Amino acid sequence: MTGTIEKQTPPQQIRFRDKKTMIIKCPYCGPRDVIEFTYQGDATRQRPDPASSDQTAWNAYVYDRTNPMGSHREFWLHAGGCRQHLIITRDMATHVISSVGFARDAVSSGREGDRP
Amino acid sequence: MAEPQSPLGHTFVPGDHGNSAGGIGLVLTERNDVSIVQVTAWRGTIPAILAAISDVTGLNVPDKPGAGRSAGEKSAFGFSPGRYFIVAPSDDLEERLRKAIPLETGTIIDLTHGRTAIRIKGPWSEWVLSKLFAIDFSEHGFPVGFGRATLHHDIHTNIQRIDAETFDLYVFRTFARSFWQTLGHAAAEVGYRVE
Ligand SMILES: [Zn+2]
Repeated sequence: MTGTIEKQTPPQQIRFRDKKTMIIKCPYCGPRDVIEFTYQGDATRQRPDPASSDQTAWNAYVYDRTNPMGSHREFWLHAGGCRQHLIITRDMATHVISSVGFARDAVSSGREGDRP
Repeated sequence: MAEPQSPLGHTFVPGDHGNSAGGIGLVLTERNDVSIVQVTAWRGTIPAILAAISDVTGLNVPDKPGAGRSAGEKSAFGFSPGRYFIVAPSDDLEERLRKAIPLETGTIIDLTHGRTAIRIKGPWSEWVLSKLFAIDFSEHGFPVGFGRATLHHDIHTNIQRIDAETFDLYVFRTFARSFWQTLGHAAAEVGYRVE
C-alpha cells in the first residue's frame, strides 16, 4: 500500500488525548481510577409498564440508545471499592464528570427496610 | 478443633530478605490469630450498629466514610456505606456481635476463614503499598484508623491504617500466597523482615 490518508482530528479527540486517565470521585471512597469501576449503562431509560406488551416500547427500552455527544446520565458500579451503584453525569466527548451520586438515592429512596 | 493452616505455606519464611544489608525498611507479619467479621447495617440502622460495635469491642467508630479505630489487636473500620470490618483476637467475636446485633439491626458474616490478614510496618510502608494500589497513602489522604476498599491487579483488598507507618491488609485467602509473594517483591528494594 502506498500513500497516506490525511485525517482531520476533531477537537473532542484532542481534548480526550490530553487526559491521561479518568478519575471518578466516589461519594464514599473519594477519587479513584476508572479501572475500579464498571460501566452499567444508560440511566435515562424508562422501563415500560411490566404488564405492557407493547413491542415497540420494549424494543426501544432494550436496544435504542441516543449516544449523545455531550452530557449523559449513566449507571456505574464501584466494583473495586465500596461496591455501590452510582449515577454519574459524564460528557461523552470529553469524559468530564459533572456529578456523581449513589444510585439508590435516586432509584429506591423512601423504600423502608431497603438493603443498604 | 482443627488446627488452622496459614495459606502462605512455604512462602512464609521468617528472617531478613531483599536488600536487607542496607537496613530493614519494613516488617511483614501474618496476623493469623484474629477473627474477622463483616457487619452490615440496614437503611437507617447505622447508629445502632456503631453502638453495638462499641459495646462489643470498645472501639468508637465515627459515622463517616471509611472511618475506623484500632486499639491493641482490635480493629474496626467502614469500607462501604453501612458496612464494617471488625477484627479481634477472640474466637467468640462473631457470637458476641450476633448477640449485640439482632437481624432487625443488621447482618453478620464471619470472614475469618475467607481472608488473610497481613501487617506491613516500617518507614517504607507507604512507598511499597503505592506500588500495588492506586490510592493515596499519605497520612493526609489516608488518616490513622481509616479503612479503604480497593484493588491490586483486579483483586479486592481491604486496608486499614494503624499508625503513621503501619497498615493492615485483608486479602482473599485463596489469593493470599500470590499476594504475599508480590508484596515481598515490592518490598525487596527497601529490605524487609518477616516475623
Ligand atoms: Zn466507592
